[in-house]
Amino acid sequence: MNTPLRTPFAEPIQTVEIRVRGRVQGVGFRPAIWRIARKIGLDGETFNDGEGVLIRARGAASQIAALIDDIRAAPPPLAEIASIDTRDYHGDVGSGFVIPESSSGATRTEVSPDAAICEACAAEIFDPFVRRFRYPFTNCTHCGPRLSIVRSVPYDRATTSMAPFPLCEACGGEYRDPADRRFHAEATACHVCGPRAKLIRFDGRAFSFEQHSMLDDVDAALSLIQKGEIVAIKALGGYQLACDATNAEAIATLRERKRRDRKPFALMARDLEVVRRYATVGADEAAALTSREAPIVLLVAGGSERLPDQIAPGLATLGFMLPSTPLHLLLLRRMTRPVVMTSGNLSDEPQVIGDAEAAQKLSAIASYALIHNREIANRIDDSVVRRMGGRLRVLRRARGYAPASIALPQGFEKAPEILAYGGELKSSFCLVKDGRAVLSQHQGDLEDALTYDDYRKNLALYRELFDHRPTALAADLHPDYLSSKLARMAATGDGLPLIEIQHHHAHATACLAENGRPLDAAPVLAIVLDGLGYGADGAIWGGEFLLADYRGFERIGTFKPVAMPGAAQAAREPWRNLYAHLMAEMGWPAFAMNFAELDVFAALSAKPLATVQAMLKSAFNSPQASSCGRLFDAAAASVGLCFDRQAYEGEAAARFEAIVSSKTMAEEGEELAYPLSIPNLKSSGLPYIEPLGMWNALLGDLILKTPAPVIAARFHKGLARAIAAMALKLARRGDAEGRPPRFDTIALSGGCFQNKVLFEKVLGRLQALDFEVLTHSRTPANDGGVALGQAAIAAAHLIDAGADRRKAS
Amino acid sequence: LSHGAGGRAMAQLIDEIFREAFDNPMLDQGNDQAAFDVPAGRMVMSTDGYVISPLFFPGGDIGSLAVHGTINDIAMAGARPLHLAASYIIEEGFPLADLQRIAGSMGCAARDAGVAIVTGDTKVVERGKGDGVFIATTGIGVVPPGLHLSGERARPGDRVIISGYIGDHGVAVMSTRRDLGFETELLSDSAALHGLVAEMARVAGSSLRLLRDPTRGGLATTLNEIAQQSGVGFLIDEGAIPVRAEVAAACELLGLDPLYVANEGKLVAIVAPDAAETLVAAMRAHPLGRDAALIGEATADEQRFVQMTTSFGGGRIADWLMGEQLPRIC
Ligand SMILES: [Fe+3]
Ligand SMILES: [Mg+2]
Ligand SMILES: [Zn+2]
Ligand SMILES: [Zn+2]
Repeated sequence: MNTPLRTPFAEPIQTVEIRVRGRVQGVGFRPAIWRIARKIGLDGETFNDGEGVLIRARGAASQIAALIDDIRAAPPPLAEIASIDTRDYHGDVGSGFVIPESSSGATRTEVSPDAAICEACAAEIFDPFVRRFRYPFTNCTHCGPRLSIVRSVPYDRATTSMAPFPLCEACGGEYRDPADRRFHAEATACHVCGPRAKLIRFDGRAFSFEQHSMLDDVDAALSLIQKGEIVAIKALGGYQLACDATNAEAIATLRERKRRDRKPFALMARDLEVVRRYATVGADEAAALTSREAPIVLLVAGGSERLPDQIAPGLATLGFMLPSTPLHLLLLRRMTRPVVMTSGNLSDEPQVIGDAEAAQKLSAIASYALIHNREIANRIDDSVVRRMGGRLRVLRRARGYAPASIALPQGFEKAPEILAYGGELKSSFCLVKDGRAVLSQHQGDLEDALTYDDYRKNLALYRELFDHRPTALAADLHPDYLSSKLARMAATGDGLPLIEIQHHHAHATACLAENGRPLDAAPVLAIVLDGLGYGADGAIWGGEFLLADYRGFERIGTFKPVAMPGAAQAAREPWRNLYAHLMAEMGWPAFAMNFAELDVFAALSAKPLATVQAMLKSAFNSPQASSCGRLFDAAAASVGLCFDRQAYEGEAAARFEAIVSSKTMAEEGEELAYPLSIPNLKSSGLPYIEPLGMWNALLGDLILKTPAPVIAARFHKGLARAIAAMALKLARRGDAEGRPPRFDTIALSGGCFQNKVLFEKVLGRLQALDFEVLTHSRTPANDGGVALGQAAIAAAHLIDAGADRRKAS
Repeated sequence: LSHGAGGRAMAQLIDEIFREAFDNPMLDQGNDQAAFDVPAGRMVMSTDGYVISPLFFPGGDIGSLAVHGTINDIAMAGARPLHLAASYIIEEGFPLADLQRIAGSMGCAARDAGVAIVTGDTKVVERGKGDGVFIATTGIGVVPPGLHLSGERARPGDRVIISGYIGDHGVAVMSTRRDLGFETELLSDSAALHGLVAEMARVAGSSLRLLRDPTRGGLATTLNEIAQQSGVGFLIDEGAIPVRAEVAAACELLGLDPLYVANEGKLVAIVAPDAAETLVAAMRAHPLGRDAALIGEATADEQRFVQMTTSFGGGRIADWLMGEQLPRIC
C-alpha cells in the first residue's frame, strides 16, 4: 500500500470538497470512504445528496490524493463511479471523520441491480456459530436484493418490501455502524427480525418438515425435489418451478402441466463442479456463472453425464445458473444433481410474483411451495448470456443487469430526457437522462395482458426511480405494436413530441450506442438480421443492409422478399415459408419433377397447398417479407426441423444451428458451402441475397442423402459467405473512380445474430476483410435492445433540433 | 349493359327490372321521391355503400346484403325499419341476367323483412370505372318509446352477448373467391335482425344498453369501438364465443383470427348484468338468436382494452388493427 499514514511535515493543509457521481448510493460507498479516510488520517465528513456522494476532507494534498486513488482503485462491489471532481472548500470541518445522519434533503438514488450473495454472507449462512446460520434472506451492502424490492425513492428500507420488518437490536447496531459490512444495508435482516421462509402445500393441508426430520423448511423442500416432486419456489424476481433435472418423469409432468412443449428449461446446480459433469465450462463462462449478475449461461452440453432430452429438446446447449440468493444456496446445499429452475408461470404468461396468484395458478403444476413473507415488488426474469465470438453476450437482459445505466457515446452529453418504448415481443423500454441510458429489464410479449400491465407499471416505476421527465417519446414505426400505441397515447396526453423509428434502424443504433460510437462518427454498414420488422416503406423487413448513423439510414441491400402465406401464421408454421420459398424460386412443377422422391416433397404435398398457392397468387394475407429469420425457418423445415410448427419463437433456427456438424464447419472446403448470389431487385434496383442456388444445392444434397448436420453446416457457411460478399460489394461501390470505401465499420444486430454459428462465421469473414465490426455484448442483439437504439436516435434528433434552434436565434 | 347515347332505353329497362323486383305501390307511382306519413316517436336514419367481391356468395349476394346491412344499422338503434331507398352504380357491360338476379334477391330480402324499397336511382358508368355493381341503401326507422340504445352506454359490469356463431359470412365470402380455391359448406349469415331486436327490446327493455352488428373488422373491432365510445374495457372469454369448427379451420389455414372476420347477420348486445340471463334465453328462442351466448363483460379500464381470456387461462389483448393483420412477430 502506498498510502502514507502520517502527514508529511512540510505539506500545507488544505480543505476540499469531493463530488462523486454515478451509482454511489445504497452500495456502501460512504463507509468505504469513512474507512479509507480514517486509515489515512483525514478529517471531514461524507454524505449522500441529490447528485451522489459528497466528501469534505481536510488534510495534506498527498493524503487527499491518496483518498481519491483508493476510492478509484477499490470501490465497493456494487458501486459504479461516473466521475470524481475536487474543488476547494472554505467551510468548517470538525476533527475526525464522520458520516452525519442523512439530512432529509433530496437524495437521488440510482437503484442498483439485484446482486448475487457475496462471499462473506455466503460464509455466514453456513457457519453454525454465527447468528445468520441458515438464514435465507441474509444480505449486506455488497449483495442482495435491490430492484426486485424497491417501490419508490429514495431507496431506503421504508420504500422497499422490507418495510414491514423493523430491524432488531442486533441488526440495527450493524446498520448504524460505519465499520460494519451492513452499514445502511437497507435490506439487512436476520432470523429475529426478517422475512421467513415456509414450506406449504398448495391444497392447504398441514405439512411439517419435522416429519421428514429435515433441518428446516428450505431443506425439506429439497427433499421433496429429490423425491421427484415439483416445488414452486418464491425466488427473488418471481416464482420459479423446480424439479430434479435427472428425473425424466418429473420433467415430463412439469412440461405437461406448465403447457410448455419444447422450450428449453433453465437449470440450477449447487456449484461449478456439478455443472461440469453435464456441460463444458470455459474460464469466462465460469466467471459469468459466479458473477454478481449470476445469469443463466448457455453452455455446450457434454460431460461425463447426460440429462434427459426433454430439458432442451433438439438443442446442443444447456442453460445453467448457480444459486445467487441465500435461499437457493441453502436449498441446493445437499443436492449433487442439477435441478430444473424454470419460471413459475403458465405457457407464455409472465412469471408469477404474487402469493395469491401463485396459489391460484401454480397449484395446478406443483403440490408444494417454498414461500416467504417478503413481497416481490417487481418482476425480474433471470438473465441469459452466451459466449459467442470470444465474448460473453447478453441474450436476455434482466436480473443482475437492469437497471444499470449505460453511458451514451460522445456527443450525447447534452441529450434531453427521452423515453423510448421499445418493441413488442421481447420488449423493454429505455430512459435517457444525464447522458446515460437506462434500459429496463426484459418485459416480454406485450400482447399478453399481464405482461402489458407489468410493462406499464414498470414505466411508472422507472420514471419515479430516475426522477425522469421526458421531453420527447420514441417508439417503433409499426402501427400495431402495443408499445407504439401506448407511446402515441402518452404523446397526445402529455403534449410531447413522438419520434417514430424504423425497427432495423433502431437495432443498428442500439449496437452503435452500446459500442460507444460517437454521435458524429461516419455512417457504418449495419447488417440487421431478424424475424420481422415494419419497414420504412410499409413492407415487412427482416434482413437488411443499412448505411446508418444515429441521424438516419439508407437501405442499400436486403434479403429476397418472399411472401408469408398466412402472415403471422407463416412465422409459426415453417412449412409455409418453405413452400413460399420454393414457389418463388422454382415453382411447384419444377420442384415436383426434380425432387419428388424427397421426404420433404411428400410432407409438403400432404399440406393444403391448393389454398396456400391461391393465397400466394392473389396475395391474400400473404405479405412479402425480406426476412432472414423466415429463410432460416424454411431451411430448417426442409430437413424436417419444426416442419409443422414451432413451439416457441426461433425454435426452428435454434435447432438448425444445434445440429450443425462442427467437423463439416472446420474441415470441409468452401466450395461445398451453399451458393447464394447477389442480383438487384427489379423493382428498386436494390441488391439482394438470392437463395436460388442454395435451394438447388440443398435439395440436391437431400437427394444424395447427405446428413442433416452437414446440410446445416453448408447452409450457415453459405449464408455467412453471402452476407460478407454483400458487405464487400456495398463497400466497394465507387471503387471505379478510386474513391475510398463507403464505410470501414460494420455493425451486426438483430435476433439472427444470437445464432452462434452464423454470428461467428460472419464476424470472422468481415474481420478477415479488414472491417471493424461492432457487435452486441451488454445489450441483446434481438428486440430486447431496440429501445436503446430508439433512445439514441431520438436523442440525436433532439440534439440537432436544439442546435438548429440555437443557430436560428 | 351499355352506356352513353343509347342509354335512355337502357335506363328504362333497368328501372323496369327493379320496379318489378321490388313491387310496391310507392315505387310504382314513378316519382323521384317517396312520400309517406311518419309515426310518432324517435326516427333513425342510416346509409351504407356495398362493394363486395364476389357479388354472389353462398347464402346471399350483394343485393340481399345491401338490404340486410342497412336494416341492421337501423335495427341496432332498437328501431323498427320503415322504408329503404337504394341507389346503383352499374358498370357498362354488366350482364343483365346478373342484375336481374341481384334485383330479385333485394326484393326478396326486403319483402321477407317487411320493409319496402320505396325510392331509388341507377347510374351506368363507363367500363373500367366500376367493379360490376355498387349499391348504396338508405333506411329510416322508428324507435319504440322508452328505448335508448347508444354506443356510449356500456358500463363496467355490463354483460356482453353475441347472437350466434361468428365469422360465417367472412369465411363464406372468402371461400368463393375463385382464386382462393378451398371448399366449404358454409353459408353467409346475412340476415335482417330487426325481428330479433324487437324481441330483445321487449324482454330486456331499458336494461338493454346498446346493440351493434359486428360487420367489417369482426367482433374484436366492434368491441373496441364500443370500448372507446363508452370509456370501458371488455373481458371476453375466448372459450364462450361460438365459432364453427369449419370457420376455425379455415381461419387457421388462411392465417386469420375469427375475432376479426366479418359477420352480416349477428349482433353484439351490451346489457345490464341482472337482465343478461333472461335476455340470452329469449334470444335463443328466436330463430336468429338460437346460438346466442354470454361471452364476457365490460370492465373499468382507462386503457379501454378488449381482453380475451384464452383457454390457457391467460389474457390476450385483442386490439384494433390498422388495416391488414400485420404480423407483429419479430
Ligand atoms: Fe427485431
Ligand atoms: Mg353502416
Ligand atoms: Zn453480502
Ligand atoms: Zn435482525
